[in-house]
Amino acid sequence: MLVKSLVAVFLAAILTENYVLCKFLGICPFLGVSKKLNTAVGMSVAVTFVMVLATAVTYPIYMYILVPSGIEYLQTVLFILIIAGLVQLVEIILKKYMPPLYQSLGIYLPLITTNCAVLGVTMLVLQKADSTTAYDYTYLHALVNALGAGIGFLVAMVMFAGVRGRLESADIPKSLKGLPITLVSAALTSLSFLGFAGVVDKLIPLA
Amino acid sequence: MNTIVLAICLVAGIGLLIGLILSVASIVMAVPKDEKAEKILEALPGANCGACGFSGCSGYADALSKGKAEVGLCAPGGEGCAKEISGILGVSAGSMEKKVAVVHCMGSLDNTSYKAEYNGVRSCSAAVKIGGGLTACSFGCMGLGDCEAACPYDAIHVCNGVAVVDADKCKACSMCVRACPRKIISIVPLKESAVMRCSNKDKGGVTRKLCTAGCIGCKKCEKGCPAGAVKVIDFCAVVDPALCNGCGNCVENCPQHCITEI
Repeated sequence: MLVKSLVAVFLAAILTENYVLCKFLGICPFLGVSKKLNTAVGMSVAVTFVMVLATAVTYPIYMYILVPSGIEYLQTVLFILIIAGLVQLVEIILKKYMPPLYQSLGIYLPLITTNCAVLGVTMLVLQKADSTTAYDYTYLHALVNALGAGIGFLVAMVMFAGVRGRLESADIPKSLKGLPITLVSAALTSLSFLGFAGVVDKLIPLA
Repeated sequence: MNTIVLAICLVAGIGLLIGLILSVASIVMAVPKDEKAEKILEALPGANCGACGFSGCSGYADALSKGKAEVGLCAPGGEGCAKEISGILGVSAGSMEKKVAVVHCMGSLDNTSYKAEYNGVRSCSAAVKIGGGLTACSFGCMGLGDCEAACPYDAIHVCNGVAVVDADKCKACSMCVRACPRKIISIVPLKESAVMRCSNKDKGGVTRKLCTAGCIGCKKCEKGCPAGAVKVIDFCAVVDPALCNGCGNCVENCPQHCITEI
């Protein structure tokens, strides 16, 4: 049951609840950094890394400090504070001990400090933990959800980088050049993800 | 009242804790800043063109400060920039030749023609994929301006169907060299020397039918060159700028007038 639910959470985070294409969080890096495949991958890896790390820290803080004290409404303020501090710390550590990784992730890390997809993952997972009844939503589920969300982000970015690569040599009407056609193609890409609706529930029935 | 105090204390406490951890971490794990690299970065033009072969100006500055790169690779910065950098590094600048891009084609609409009407995307890299390109000559400039679009200095323009470099504006950053799908642009030293203005490797008779300014491989230039700088390879003459002394014999001898001075 535990493994089954973990797989379900993981797949749902990638396909049916894709943070970029289904929840429309993190659109800024999605449009900004998806011009080239290698920058898209670099950004996605950084986002995944921070998502997992942020969830690992914020989830226990919420469950064991905010809930018992009855001040859950502080989560937004606190989470931003914690994520921002965490990203800074990670940046310092990477710079010192892992220069090659810093070279590849370094420029993206400050961009994610207050990225809404990261904040969204940490906050929406709490709602889910409250509302899920089919199984116990544990700390492990939250971490797997964050990992899935990051990989979902990667999938969306890589797909869209491919789409934009095609757009570059396409004959686009003058009035649609640049951001308009990017938004139209982003909408179509997101539409394609609607086709995944319900696929995880049917594949892995949990009830 | 109690919850407000608790909330304030919690946020302030966590904020303080994070601040403390960060400041300790930044002291303990401080990485010495490379002041040299920062100074060099300021001296560089900041065009991020990649002519030096590094990832933008900051990559080149880093490599310079670590002694992994030669001074004077920055083509847009030129001699002034090389001097400034060598001043920062404390090494001799060496002489830096000014370079310029040249298009090895004179296939303007007066000299050659299109083999088909082309209404597709106005880009050479797109056109070259359809039947080998739209020009009658399968080596020459197609004149759709990929180089013009790539040039950050507005120094190359398509005039009458062929790309022409403005030597005054050109900084030899080689963006056009990379943009050209037919690879007919190259960077040569800007000095008194001859330049081959054709890239056609067809046999003489074929070339003659395609273009009135095409190299027919007659070898008159090669025989007349006192410095041995001109060689005919695959029915097309090639000038080696390192050997050329700029005597102008080949320019005069060429029956197709496809060798010129810079």
